[in-house]
Amino acid sequence: MGAVFAGRRLMAEAYRISGVGRLDEAQPVGFTFDGKSYGGSAGDTLASALLANGVHLVGRSFKYHRPRGIVSAGAEEPNALVGLHRDAARKTPNVRATVQELYNGLAAVSQNRWPSLGFDVGAVNDLASPLFPAGFYYKTFMWPKSAWTSLYEPRIRAAAGLGVAPDKPDPDRYSARYAHCEVLVVGGGAAGIAAALAAAQSGVRVILADEQAQPGGAMRFERGAVIDGQAGWDWTQEAVARLARMDNVRLLTRTTAFGYYAQNFVALAERVSDHLAEPGDLPRERLWQVRAKKVVLATGAIERHMVFDGNDRPGVMLASAARTYLNHYGVAVGRHVGVYTANDSAYAAAIDLKRAGVGIAAIVDWRDNPRGGVVEEARALGIEVLHGRGVATTGGRRRIASMTVVPKAGGGGRVVPVDALLMSSGWTPSLHLFSQSRGKVAFDAVGQRFLPGTYAQDCICVGAGNGTDDLATSLREAFAAGEKAAREAGGDGGDKVSRPRVEASESWAGGMLGAGPGAGSGTTVKAFVDYQNDVTAKDIRLAVKEGMHSIEHVKRFTTTGMATDQGKTSNLHGLAIAADALKKEIPEVGLTTFRAPYTPVTFGAMVNHARGPLFEPTRQTAMHGWHEDHGAVFEDVGQWKRPWYYPRPGEDMRAAVARECRTVRAAAGIFDASTLGKIEVVGPDAVRFMELLYTNPWAKLAPGRCRYGVMLREDGFLYDDGVVGRLAEDRFHVTTTTGGAPRVLHHMEDYLQTEFPHLDVWLTSTTEQWAVIAVQGPKAREIVAPLVEGIDLTDEAMPHMSVREGTICGVPARLFRMSFTGERGYEINVPADYGEAVWEAVWAEGEKHGACAYGTETMHVLRAEKGFIIVGQDTDGTVTPDDAGLGWATGKKKSDFVGIRGLKRPDLVASGRKQLVGLKTKDPQTVLEEGAQIVADPDEPVPMRMLGHVTSSYWSENCSRSIALALVADGRDRMGETLYVPMPDRTIAVEVTATVFFDEKGERVHG
Amino acid sequence: MAKAAKAVQTSAERRPKLAGRSLKAGNVTLTPAEPAARLALRAPQASIAALSKALGVTLPQTPKSSAVSKDGARTALWLGPDEWLIVAPDGTDLAGEAAGAGALHAAVDIAHRNAAILVEGAGAQACLAAGCPQDLSPAAFPVGAVSRTVFGKAEIVLVRTGEDAFRVEVWRSFADYAWTLLAEAARDAGQ
Repeated sequence: MGAVFAGRRLMAEAYRISGVGRLDEAQPVGFTFDGKSYGGSAGDTLASALLANGVHLVGRSFKYHRPRGIVSAGAEEPNALVGLHRDAARKTPNVRATVQELYNGLAAVSQNRWPSLGFDVGAVNDLASPLFPAGFYYKTFMWPKSAWTSLYEPRIRAAAGLGVAPDKPDPDRYSARYAHCEVLVVGGGAAGIAAALAAAQSGVRVILADEQAQPGGAMRFERGAVIDGQAGWDWTQEAVARLARMDNVRLLTRTTAFGYYAQNFVALAERVSDHLAEPGDLPRERLWQVRAKKVVLATGAIERHMVFDGNDRPGVMLASAARTYLNHYGVAVGRHVGVYTANDSAYAAAIDLKRAGVGIAAIVDWRDNPRGGVVEEARALGIEVLHGRGVATTGGRRRIASMTVVPKAGGGGRVVPVDALLMSSGWTPSLHLFSQSRGKVAFDAVGQRFLPGTYAQDCICVGAGNGTDDLATSLREAFAAGEKAAREAGGDGGDKVSRPRVEASESWAGGMLGAGPGAGSGTTVKAFVDYQNDVTAKDIRLAVKEGMHSIEHVKRFTTTGMATDQGKTSNLHGLAIAADALKKEIPEVGLTTFRAPYTPVTFGAMVNHARGPLFEPTRQTAMHGWHEDHGAVFEDVGQWKRPWYYPRPGEDMRAAVARECRTVRAAAGIFDASTLGKIEVVGPDAVRFMELLYTNPWAKLAPGRCRYGVMLREDGFLYDDGVVGRLAEDRFHVTTTTGGAPRVLHHMEDYLQTEFPHLDVWLTSTTEQWAVIAVQGPKAREIVAPLVEGIDLTDEAMPHMSVREGTICGVPARLFRMSFTGERGYEINVPADYGEAVWEAVWAEGEKHGACAYGTETMHVLRAEKGFIIVGQDTDGTVTPDDAGLGWATGKKKSDFVGIRGLKRPDLVASGRKQLVGLKTKDPQTVLEEGAQIVADPDEPVPMRMLGHVTSSYWSENCSRSIALALVADGRDRMGETLYVPMPDRTIAVEVTATVFFDEKGERVHG
Repeated sequence: MAKAAKAVQTSAERRPKLAGRSLKAGNVTLTPAEPAARLALRAPQASIAALSKALGVTLPQTPKSSAVSKDGARTALWLGPDEWLIVAPDGTDLAGEAAGAGALHAAVDIAHRNAAILVEGAGAQACLAAGCPQDLSPAAFPVGAVSRTVFGKAEIVLVRTGEDAFRVEVWRSFADYAWTLLAEAARDAGQ
C-alpha cells in the first residue's frame, strides 16, 4: 500500500503483512519522523508504524548516547521516547512512541542526539564509558565546591536529559472532573472487563479506566484464548461495547490511573485529543479525581527483558511486544528473528511469527530442559531450540545483526545472524497502584515475584496483577471480585450476566531474575538493567561493592528505576542483581515503594482550569471599575486588588502620593476601605464575648459609639486590631485588617465553640455585604452631609468614634465617624451593590471641595504620620500591646480575656523589650529602608549588637521630611538618643522620637 | 450647616455583580440570579418553631436540606445545626420578621454579600463537578439538597433546584471567579 502525504507518494510499509492484524489497511495515515515521510494505518501507534517501515532506531540513550530502539508495545516503554511537534507552541518531549496513536500529519523527532540520530557526537560517552561508573557525578564534581553551581551543574544539565521542554506558553486547554462511583475498575484487560461486567449488572455506578484506545489488554496479542466461544480479543470488544451501552457505567479509554491516594481517591489522566489530527474545541487532557467505594485493580503484568551485553541494540525487544505488533498491528519486527527466553510465553511469539512467514533463527532458552505444549509446537514447526544456553552478546551498529549464543555452563559461543531479537525473562505483576495505596507486598518465592500482600484500602487485585497466571482462574477471580464489590457497595442486582467461560488460554509461568552469562564483569560489557537511565548490571554490583546495602541506596547511587518509566521492566532485575551481590534473599534487600504518577502526567492536566484568571480568585470591590476608569495603579493585598495610588498625567508614584497626602490634610480624600474585614457579633452575650476576645473593656461602650479594639493570641502577642462600633446592646460591628478577615473570624469562632460555648452569641462575616467609602480630611463633613439623611452630623450629636444608621443617597447605610489619618473622618457603609453609585455621588461632592481619591500608599503614609500601627507591618507576632505603645488599650480592671495570662509571662514583662518608637533621620531628605537594622555604635566590630529594626518608613510630604517607625530595645527610654542604621554604602544617623509626627495633640480629628 | 444642601440625590443606582451576563455553552446555561433578600440566621433548637412561623418557612433540621415556603417565594437552606441562609424576594424585611418571633436568634442581613448563579441544563451537574468534589448525583444530592462547599478555589453554597438545575450562592468578590470557572467547565460538560 502507500499513502500520499505532504505531496509525496510514500514508500510501502515493507514490514506490514497483508491480512494479518486488526487495522484497516484502507485507511492510510501519513506522518514524519525526523523530517522523513512515512505511511501507516489508522489504529497504529507511532511505534507500530515505524516498525512497519522497518525503522527500529528511534533515539539515543540518556547517558551513553547509545542507539536505541523500541522495546515494548505499551506504557512501560523505557527507550522509544520521541518529541512530538504539532506546531511552534505544541512540542511535547519524551512521548512514548508505543503509546502515541498515529494521526495524519503527526510529526515526531528523535531526542538526545546531535547532529543527527545516525551520527551522534555524544556517543563518545559510550566509548569513554569506563570513565563514567555509577556514582560518577557524586565522585567527580566535588571540588572546588563553588564550581558546582557555576560550572558543573549547568553543563551536566545541558548534556543530560532527554527531550527538550517547549519554550512557549501551552496553548492547549485542559479540563478536570470529580467523579464518584461504587466500583472503580482500573485496567481493561480481560480480568478488568469481567470485574466491570460483574459489578455493573447490580446497577451500581462503575467506572472502567483503561490506558489504551481500545481495552483488551493481553488479548491484543494472545491468540490462544477462547472465551464464551469467541476469540479472546473479540470477546473483550463485545463486552466493552456492552459496558459502554450501560447507563451506570462510565468507560474511560486512553485513561491512566496514575495515583492512588487516601480513602480510595484515585486520580486518572484521560488523553482526550492527543490522538486527533484536528483536536477542535476538545481539551487536550482531562483530569479525573475519583472517589470510589471499592477499587478493583486489574493492572496486569509487564514482561521483563533479559540482562546481557548489548541487550539494548535496536531490534532487541520484548517477546510480547513483537507478538502485539504482529497480531494486532500486522507488523513483523524482522525477517530473521532470534528469541532469548526463560519463559514459555516467548515461544508463542516465535510460533505466531513463524506461522506468519517470518524466519525464526533460533529460540535460546535459559532453562535446561524446557517442556510442554509450546516447546513441542515450536520444534514441530521446525524452529531450532537451544536450551540451557544464553545470549552472551549481540552484534550490529544501529540495528542488531547477530546474537552470540553460549552454553550456560561455559564454553565456546556460536554467532547467529538475526535482524531482531525477542526476549522474555518472565512477567512482573504491576503493583504500582496497590503499593501507592499503602498496601504491603509479599514475596512469592515459587514464582520469584512480589504479589499483593496486606491491603491498606478497600480494594482488591485480580488477574495477572494478582499473580494469577491462568486466564480461566483470572476471570473467575475478577468476576467474583466485581460482584462482591458491587454487593458490598450497596448494589442489589439487576439483569444478571453470565460468568464468562474460558475455553482455551495460554500460560505465562516461569522465568528468571537478574543477569545471565553475557553480563560478566568486564569493563566494556553493557548489560542493561534500566534502559532509560542507562544503568547496567555492573553498575549495581559496583554500588554494592562501594557499600550500598539497601535497595534504597543502590537505587539512588545508580539511579536504577528512577527514570520516568519508574523501572517497570527493570526494578526486579536490579533487585535480584543487588541481592546476588549481597548474597541475600530478595525480600531481605527489599523493594522500593512505588510513587505516583504511574506514568508521566502533564502539568497541564494537574493544573487544568487553574490558569490565567482562574489561577487564583481575584477579588475586586464594588468600586473597582471606577478606580480603573480613574487610572488607579493596583496593589495586591491577599486576593484583593486595592488602588495603590491614582497618578495624574506626568506624575510618578512619589509625586502622586505626595499630592494625595497633601490634599487629604488640606481638603479631603476619598478612600475605598471595602476590603477591611467586617464581622457582626450578635446575641444577648455579645458584650461578654467581646470582653473575652479583646483586651479592651466594652461593657460601658454605649450603643452608637466606637472603640479601637486590640486582639491578642493566647501567648499575649498582638493578633489583629480594628475599630468596633456598638450598634445596639446586643450587636457589634467589628472591623479587622484586610488580610486578617478570615483568620480573625476563625479565631473568634474557635474560641466561641471550644472555650465559650455557653455564650448566646453568633458571628457572621459581613465583609462583602458592605462597600466602605472613607472620607477623610477637614472638608469631610461638607462632602458627606448633602448625601446623608436621618443622621445629625453635628459634633455634639455625632462626635469622633461614633456610629449611626440612616440613609445615604437614599440607601440604608451605617455611617462611622472614625479616622485612620488623624483628620476628621467618616466611613460610609452601604450595601455592596450600591457602592459604586454612592462612591460616584461622594466623588461629585468631593470635587466641589478639592478632594482627591487616595490609595493604600497614601493611607500608609498618613497613618504613619500619626503613629498608627499596621498589624503585620509594625508587629511581627512577637509584639505585645505595651511594646507597640498600646498598653492603654488593655482594660486594667479586666479579669479575663484571651492572652491575659500570656501577657504576664516573665519575658513579656522584662525590661529590654523592643518598643515601637519614631525615628527621624538627621538628614531629613534621607528615607530609611524598611527592615534595616539599628545599632548604637556604628564603629563596633561585626557582629554588631542590633537594637532593633525599621518597621515603616516614608517620605512625609506633610512633615516635609522622612519619617519612620521602628522597634528598638528599650526604645521609649531612648527619646532624643542618636542611633545608627548601617547600610551597605553608608551609615545613617537617626534620632529616636515619639511615634506621632503630625498634629501631636490630636486636635484635627475633632475639627 | 449641612442641611441646606440636602437631597442632591435621593436614590443611588443598584449595580448587581454579574448583571447583564449570560452564557450558553453546549448543554449548560449560566444566568445571574435576580437580586434577592438574604438573611444569615443563627438560632438554638428552642427557637426554631417560633422563627419558622415568623418567617413563613419551616427551618429544616436535616443536614444538607432546604425548605420552601408555601407560596414558593422563599427558601430556607440548612447550613449547620444552628445556621440557615434564608433567601426571599428582594426587599423582604427578613430580619424584621425574625425579630417578631420573640425567640432567641441572631439575624444579619447579607443580601448584598452574595451573588447567585443559576446553572441549568443537561450538563449542569458535570459542569459543577469540574470544581466541586462532592457527589452531586441525584441519589446523593437530590432536588432540594444544599451544601456549603467549594467550587475550585471559592467557597459556595450549592442548592439543587431541579433535576438539571443548581443555584450557586457565592460571595460577591468571588462571583467573577466562579462564573469564569463555570463557563470554562461548561465547555467540557457534554463529555
